[in-house]
Amino acid sequence: MNGPDTWRRWALSLPAVAVIMLFSILPLGVVLVYSFLTPGDFGNVKWIFSTDGWFSVLFERNIFDDTIGLSGANLSILFRSIILSVLTTLITLIFGVPTAWFIATRPPTQRNFWLFLITIPFWTNLLVRTIAVQEMIRSEGVFNRILLALGLIKEPIQMMYTDFAVLLGMTYVFLPLMVLPVYAAIEKFDFRLAEASYDLYASRLFCLRRVILPLIKPGVIAGSILVFVPSLGAYVTPRVMGGGKSMMLGNLIDLQFGQGRNWPLGAALSITLTVLVLLALIWYTRLTAGRKERDHG
Amino acid sequence: MKFASRMAAATAILVASALPALAAGQLNIFNFGLYTPPDLIKKFEQTYDVKVTVTEYDSNESALAKIQAGGHGFDIIVPSAYIVPTYIENGLLMKSEPNQMSNFKNVKSEWVDVAWDKGRHYTVPYVWGTTGVMVNTKVYKGDLNTAAIIFDPPPELKGKINVVPSMNEVLDMAINYVGGEACTTDKAILKKAHDKLMEAKASWASIDYPSFEKFIKEDLNASIFWNGASSRIRAENPGFAFGLPKTGFLIWQDNVAILKDAKNVENAKLFLNFLMDPENAAMVSNYTRYGNSITGSEAKMDPNLLKAPELTIPADLKSAGHFQTACPPDVQQIYTRIWTDLTK
Amino acid sequence: MANRSFDVRKLPGAAAIAITCFVILYIPMAILVFYSFNAGKVIGNWEGASLKWYGAAIHNQAFLDAALNSLILATTASVISTLLATMAALATTRNERFRGEGVIHIILNQPLMVPEIVLAIALVIIVGQIKQVTGYTGLGFLIAAHTAFCIPFAYLPIRARLEGMDLSLETAAADLYASRFYTFRRVTLPLLSPGILSGFMLAFVISLDDLVISDFLKSPGQDTLPTYLMGELKRNLTSEIYAISSLLLLLSVLIVAGSWVATRKKD
Repeated sequence: MNGPDTWRRWALSLPAVAVIMLFSILPLGVVLVYSFLTPGDFGNVKWIFSTDGWFSVLFERNIFDDTIGLSGANLSILFRSIILSVLTTLITLIFGVPTAWFIATRPPTQRNFWLFLITIPFWTNLLVRTIAVQEMIRSEGVFNRILLALGLIKEPIQMMYTDFAVLLGMTYVFLPLMVLPVYAAIEKFDFRLAEASYDLYASRLFCLRRVILPLIKPGVIAGSILVFVPSLGAYVTPRVMGGGKSMMLGNLIDLQFGQGRNWPLGAALSITLTVLVLLALIWYTRLTAGRKERDHG
Repeated sequence: MKFASRMAAATAILVASALPALAAGQLNIFNFGLYTPPDLIKKFEQTYDVKVTVTEYDSNESALAKIQAGGHGFDIIVPSAYIVPTYIENGLLMKSEPNQMSNFKNVKSEWVDVAWDKGRHYTVPYVWGTTGVMVNTKVYKGDLNTAAIIFDPPPELKGKINVVPSMNEVLDMAINYVGGEACTTDKAILKKAHDKLMEAKASWASIDYPSFEKFIKEDLNASIFWNGASSRIRAENPGFAFGLPKTGFLIWQDNVAILKDAKNVENAKLFLNFLMDPENAAMVSNYTRYGNSITGSEAKMDPNLLKAPELTIPADLKSAGHFQTACPPDVQQIYTRIWTDLTK
Repeated sequence: MANRSFDVRKLPGAAAIAITCFVILYIPMAILVFYSFNAGKVIGNWEGASLKWYGAAIHNQAFLDAALNSLILATTASVISTLLATMAALATTRNERFRGEGVIHIILNQPLMVPEIVLAIALVIIVGQIKQVTGYTGLGFLIAAHTAFCIPFAYLPIRARLEGMDLSLETAAADLYASRFYTFRRVTLPLLSPGILSGFMLAFVISLDDLVISDFLKSPGQDTLPTYLMGELKRNLTSEIYAISSLLLLLSVLIVAGSWVATRKKD
């Protein structure tokens, strides 16, 4: 490509690139810098170099005898974030894949209707959907009322403010993110292939394992990453459903910039979370790149 | 580009149509949640032709952090007494001299020479109250005047308890409960309080500034709470009652001040003076259900409020009450570490 | 053999799970809408059907202010981000790779890779400083931040459309000595418009949906619908909040239906 055209292309891209540089990349750089400073007494930072922020991600000094130990609280929140995100991904897979399959195998005229139904929650405000699912599990919510009416329980079960509530909320709000990419993969699938393999006396299981699964795999991977990444960084759903006790990484970060008044620790946790997300994305590109290579090979 | 230009034109019209609504002046208030009476704000807006915005916060600590971060845009802040010295020492408050204002004569004399702002050079009293324990008596039949409801909860309350995110109030109550004095330097006591809090936390549902509706609908059945807020909940769900721990409870006052970098100073001063008017102080009390410090406001106050059980401290518990103060810096530092440990 | 004539499309159990899935997705929203018609103030205490909370919402100045803020913000941010994304997409597709194209690509997608809360915190630190130094506290910061994270959402569909477009028409126009600009305006742009429209819609919805970044960045009086709703959720969960939520739900149904109709026409 010759010089002038490269310049023209750069010039056309420049406004978008500049906005993102200024309002997304530069601020992240500042967060990285802040993670190496000293916390101010009442929030903010003092411009004194310190690695305490990073140290406190995993370790803590005992309040009373100053001995150093692993930070149980931070580790449990990190652990909870990962476990809940994995579980959310798995549950949305269990529900999402058959649903996508169901939609893709409807006659084309009906298909649009089902797609429409799955798109509405996808485009509905996240907070509104969180409020809706919260209503289900409150002490006087629908679940408890049904269980009480059936005589299965005598007292309402406490579901709000538990890990279960956070998991349920995230599954509910992220489910459409799983269905859509899996659907896109299945839709491209030529069903005559499966029928052909079946006619060749392949067993049902064989057909499923060797023909269908490989074809929907890219959709499953894409859906998993689309659910896992926002789950890991979730903030709104755990805040509403977890009540400040069943916290995830996003809430822990928020706490450090408010009540906790330890900005460097909050900054270090922010970088940690971003790195975790990037690792998931790199794993995803590896996985899809590997597939393409095999396809070509 | 037709589409884009049409959208841009639509936006321009929208922006333009929003403009005439702007009043002559502006005032930005930063206050605790559910703590600013809407009718009071409307009255102030109409009297002075000022557009008021109210932004809410959860705790003194998070409000201070936000103010410290800079660029907040607020004019008015409502810090509790114990944290006022911190604001003043860090140069965050304007020396607005409320004591020179025309309505200052209405401030009851015992609230003028207060420890946190002697002679009231920075702040105006807002309301005062007590921090105790609120519990649903439909569920819990035991003694009301004990912090055991929170720190050694009976089985019927486990998983239904809330603790407000207010560091000094929670820690003072816990230290009193394990037999110490607020702001103690005794590490053994502090450790005991810390361990008690960590143990009790397993039985709590949340550490939050929850909507009242969570109690009214009994998603939560007990909380460390304030007398006025508790009275407002009792009005909607008569099951709830308020108790003051025999082991010790807090009496506090919240104060209204102008921030050093306020942009609407004149309106903020008008607001401070406005709050010291008996009728307006009564509006604040009627809404928040707390007592105020303004002479003559009783006449305009809701008679039910004046005799509300939450607002009177029983004679036998008077000695357990103590006024909330800021702890010395080294103790405050330990407080912060215990609190961080508890909330993270 | 007749038994073997099995239809792979009927994966056993898929239909049952799918229907369950739709029921799970819709029941909470249906209950939310149901309670928004409750005459009583406290949610869940059914006191008869009424539209009164919708009336209350329409006369609630705080809600109207928030709705106006949201509309201004989402419209401005999505128009700007769509414009910038279209320019960038035209520069980065349908050509040999040029120097730096890979970098531009990563930059344009970067906001997708950062958790919202991290971006919010990062922006708060910087914007707080700028507000303090310049004294400007207007809606500009929110517009800029929203534009930044909307760009990738606008960029992806536009780029996808461009990549699928047939070059022959443009070449034909060029062969007929049409000017570059004329070709762009009369050939490229009309072909590209469905991509631009869906990019714009996506950006609009993403901006409208944002709670975290707006909540951290807003100056006094800049509540958007989601931040207003969050504030009320924490303080004052009443039937009116359910009415407002239902209105937002209705809005998304309208947007989805609108885009459905729009794309249908294009086909």
